[in-house]
Amino acid sequence: MTSLDEFRMETRAWLEENCPQELRRSFTTEDDICWGGRNWTFKSEAQKQWLERMAARGWTVPSWPKEYGGAGLNGDEAKVLKEEMKRINAISPLESLGMWMLGPALLKYGTHEQKLEHLPKIARGEIRWCQGYSEPGSGSDLASLQTKGVDMGDHFLVSGQKIWTSYADQSDWIFALVRTEPEASKHKGISFLLFDMNSEGVTTKPIPLISGNSPFCETFFDEVKVPMENIVDTRGNGWTIAKYLLTHERETVSSLDGIFGRANGLYKTAADAVGLDETGRLDDPLLRADIGDFLVDEMALTAHLAVANTYSRAGNQLGARSAELKYLGTELNKRRQSLVVQSGGLEALSGPEEKNGIGSETALWLRSKGNTIEGGTSEIMLSIISKAVLRLPSLG
Amino acid sequence: MELLNSEETLLKESAAGFMSENAPVQALRDIRDQKQELGFNKELHKTLADMGWFAMLLPEEAGGYDFGHRAAGLVAEEMGRNLTASPFLSTAVLSSIALRQSGGDQLAEWGPKIAAGDAVIAFAIDEGAKHSPSRIKATAEPEGNGFILNAKKRAVFDGFNADRLIVVAKSGENTGLFFVDPNAAEIEIERNAMLDSRNAANIQITNLHLDGKDMLCPLEKGAEVLEATLRSGRAIAASEQLGVAREVTERTTQYLMERKQFGIQIGMFQALQHRLADLYCRIEETASLISTALKAIDATADNAEELTRAAKAKAAKVTRVATEEAVQMHGGIGMTDEVDIGLFMKRDRVLTEMLGDSAHHIDFLLRKRGL
Repeated sequence: MTSLDEFRMETRAWLEENCPQELRRSFTTEDDICWGGRNWTFKSEAQKQWLERMAARGWTVPSWPKEYGGAGLNGDEAKVLKEEMKRINAISPLESLGMWMLGPALLKYGTHEQKLEHLPKIARGEIRWCQGYSEPGSGSDLASLQTKGVDMGDHFLVSGQKIWTSYADQSDWIFALVRTEPEASKHKGISFLLFDMNSEGVTTKPIPLISGNSPFCETFFDEVKVPMENIVDTRGNGWTIAKYLLTHERETVSSLDGIFGRANGLYKTAADAVGLDETGRLDDPLLRADIGDFLVDEMALTAHLAVANTYSRAGNQLGARSAELKYLGTELNKRRQSLVVQSGGLEALSGPEEKNGIGSETALWLRSKGNTIEGGTSEIMLSIISKAVLRLPSLG
Repeated sequence: MELLNSEETLLKESAAGFMSENAPVQALRDIRDQKQELGFNKELHKTLADMGWFAMLLPEEAGGYDFGHRAAGLVAEEMGRNLTASPFLSTAVLSSIALRQSGGDQLAEWGPKIAAGDAVIAFAIDEGAKHSPSRIKATAEPEGNGFILNAKKRAVFDGFNADRLIVVAKSGENTGLFFVDPNAAEIEIERNAMLDSRNAANIQITNLHLDGKDMLCPLEKGAEVLEATLRSGRAIAASEQLGVAREVTERTTQYLMERKQFGIQIGMFQALQHRLADLYCRIEETASLISTALKAIDATADNAEELTRAAKAKAAKVTRVATEEAVQMHGGIGMTDEVDIGLFMKRDRVLTEMLGDSAHHIDFLLRKRGL
């Protein structure tokens, strides 16, 4: 037996013993996700227990080094853990921007002290992070951001406004892009700062969306005091970190189960709503053709993501190719959600209010419209591919 | 992002180098302009076989190398990029797999000939305008120890001047594959030039008496052998089509950097950039789907059939867009015979119809899902 096989057996046994029965199921609503943080209220005793047990083993962030709260697993071991969790349908014990975004950035660019200070708290779900990137005047042209950090010697005074800050109202800390070098060029004047959302001068305001929930906020900073040592990497190098993280985010977004695994319902919804003809085919040839097109594209993207996964596990950087995955994944998800609602016809649109509430098919359909905007619009993705992959010349 | 091991990389590079040198698009133009009947060059066929590429899907005991479908797909992709005309699909893929899967005596005799480039064996299945194996009307009526074969086959690729034909016919509820000498008096063969300048034949077989040993495999195994044969053919045809898509798209990208209008390279216009980038993404996911299908066939995985159907459907959809966009972005010159794009478009059209178009395979996938 190879050591990887042994690892699999041990993992299987441990999960069998430690994963609470009631958490062996798929996510059904956003409420099932454990985000952690200072103000987190566990939805059940099992949710709390599961997080604590997994965190103690370093398995909330299995590939991070042990000293920073991870388990130091290599790529193959991390894959085994994922497969074994999937085998018993174990719900993920913790999700957070800290794990997906800040962690990888700190591991790459942070000091040892910063890593020791922040990473273990992320791994244990004690601190919930949000991301302060977009501003009202800086969407696709993110580097034009205006939130400023004035140098006061041992600290910055940060003032300005961020928008689309996911869960800012429920988060404990923020990692934000702030213009600290007003004299430098657009891309060179930005720093990557970390600060506590409890600091004086921070206010948040949730933005209601067409899908009924408000995951995003407007976030205001009025002379917020941020210590100098809370800067990641050097002053003016924030854009490099931001770009690294955006690439990382695109990879995450395009492989997330939440965005990417809800097709099963489609075929049944369609068959139930439309019925079958005497040959056993869906009794609406045009809807059937649309579903067929979608199905082939879904199989293609599934294969493509698996190839990309193997490729990056072999130690290759996806780089600009992550834009390709983000583009394909989000565009496909919009089609999927559209087809679900379309298949359901009027049935999918009517009924008691809770039926159209958060987590419903209609809410998912409406929410999916944002997929091709957030994390870089589809148009920005195509421009990245034109430039960095196809090497087409750009204007100006 | 393609995942190739060192052997595969070597194979791909050698195929790319060989085709572009010995079988470039100009070679196809010669076949067309000189109205060569065979639709391929005999010497080139022999040289391709010398490279080992007609032996890739044959077992070692029949003179083959047993390289597998993934390898054959890489070579087919390069053939697509260069519009290399040869009896590769008919002989090295369809007929080789039919012989191999049947496990009959014919493999030992004909395998080495296929491998050496000494035989062309055409696979006669289609009867109508559209590929539809479930509606085969050709019949093999039992008679004594053998059969009487009647068939009207259409679009039999490389069927003109083939050394042997494999004819698919129904015998009652069963499907039989019959190994037939095309020189028999009961067989009429009419050459049919295809849009892509290669040959296909209309073949009429009237009351041909066959011995039991002319059947490739027992009748009860026929459907299974046919399914495996078509699966291999479809996956390799999709690979060739991928080569077409990649080649025209690269040529178009290049053209966008050279062509100037309004004083700048037209590749600077976002209206063109985004269309090309979108196309690129779709070609890349197609490539992953095809390589996944080829590997699944080699691993005899349960999902090999579904993946192959999806790959064939997807390759057709994407390559159509790729060739259409190539003409559009080249502008007027894309419409001329002088530029090769049109030749790629013609080959793409034929490959799409060969062994089933998108609708054919999507219907299969939907039915599998109860729709």
